[in-house]
Amino acid sequence: MRTETEIGYNTKIEGDVVVTTVDAALNWFRKNSVWPMPMGLACCAIELMAAGASRFDISRFGSEVMRFSPRQADCMIVAGTVTYKMALAVRRIWDQMPEPKWCIAMGACASTGGMYRSYAVLQGVDNILPVDIYVSGCPPRPEALLDALIKLQNKISREPVLKKLTIANLKKEAA
Amino acid sequence: MNTPVEMATALETANQLKAKFGDLLSEPAVFRGDVTLRVADAERIAEVCRCAKNDLGFNYLVDISSVDHYGEDPRWTVVYHLRCLPRGVELRLKTDVSEEKSELPSVVGVWATANWHEREIYDMMGIRFRGHPDLRRILMWEGYPYFPLRKDFPLAGKPTDLPGVAFTRPAPLEGGPFVTMPGGKDAIEREPRVRTPED
Repeated sequence: MRTETEIGYNTKIEGDVVVTTVDAALNWFRKNSVWPMPMGLACCAIELMAAGASRFDISRFGSEVMRFSPRQADCMIVAGTVTYKMALAVRRIWDQMPEPKWCIAMGACASTGGMYRSYAVLQGVDNILPVDIYVSGCPPRPEALLDALIKLQNKISREPVLKKLTIANLKKEAA
Repeated sequence: MNTPVEMATALETANQLKAKFGDLLSEPAVFRGDVTLRVADAERIAEVCRCAKNDLGFNYLVDISSVDHYGEDPRWTVVYHLRCLPRGVELRLKTDVSEEKSELPSVVGVWATANWHEREIYDMMGIRFRGHPDLRRILMWEGYPYFPLRKDFPLAGKPTDLPGVAFTRPAPLEGGPFVTMPGGKDAIEREPRVRTPED
């Protein structure tokens, strides 16, 4: 059975020993260094840059390492309008990112197509890849993106890593 | 837009061009300082453009655009915006193309910049340019079956599927498109509202 008890650490009782679960430890590593893949496609990318710069400073949450190679990134931030033509490239880059990976749809266009109700624009990037967090706004303020990042960190910290690995291994053995 | 002095020069230049080609070109039409010449035969547009560049100094092709007169014949008008950078003079050339033909000579040989302009017109309107070195789609992908800027193409788009390459679905318009009324007397009247083409 899963319990929701907070695992605390008291130096006086436990000395140099920290008790935790493997899941909690792995998730702690993962959530505090989410390397983003900046998929900047429109004006949202400017706000994404602002979130990365000194005033809003995304590095307070461990995500300052913007990787322009999908093979080194954990979280794709889709910032801007995804046209059908660009959708091919977005999907390809997503496929090139190694597991585990997450996706933030930043702004109205990436989430739903936004104001572009037209033949040229994909009506939400969730048509082609799984999105973890949607950010509203046109474009969203950098604070909104940071809030999305914190929400993503909370989501990561609840992931059953070992269970997923076990299932994956079982599937491999069966195949 | 031309200033009055430039307009006089533009008119003079247009008349020089007209003197060379005679009945092929219309009388220069002036509207708000812009000078327009209509070319009667679209097949000779490249010839007129070459003369405008080499003899009259229109060394810059600003833009090529196309107009869809849906339901009329000829259906297409192709518009060339020419500029002479040393003198600051602008000239517009228009030529009609019928729907059955939907083809005219390319001007890439005159101005290399026409390459992408012509590709865009081909992509959006489906008008072909004969002699273009690389007439592919530029904004939509290869294999997209429609020409989306034509008047008979819905704003929301049509469903298409090219398995493994791309797909499109009609966009939800939610009762739109919503159009503003620029002439409204107050902000309430100018609010974006649903407007059907009959209004």
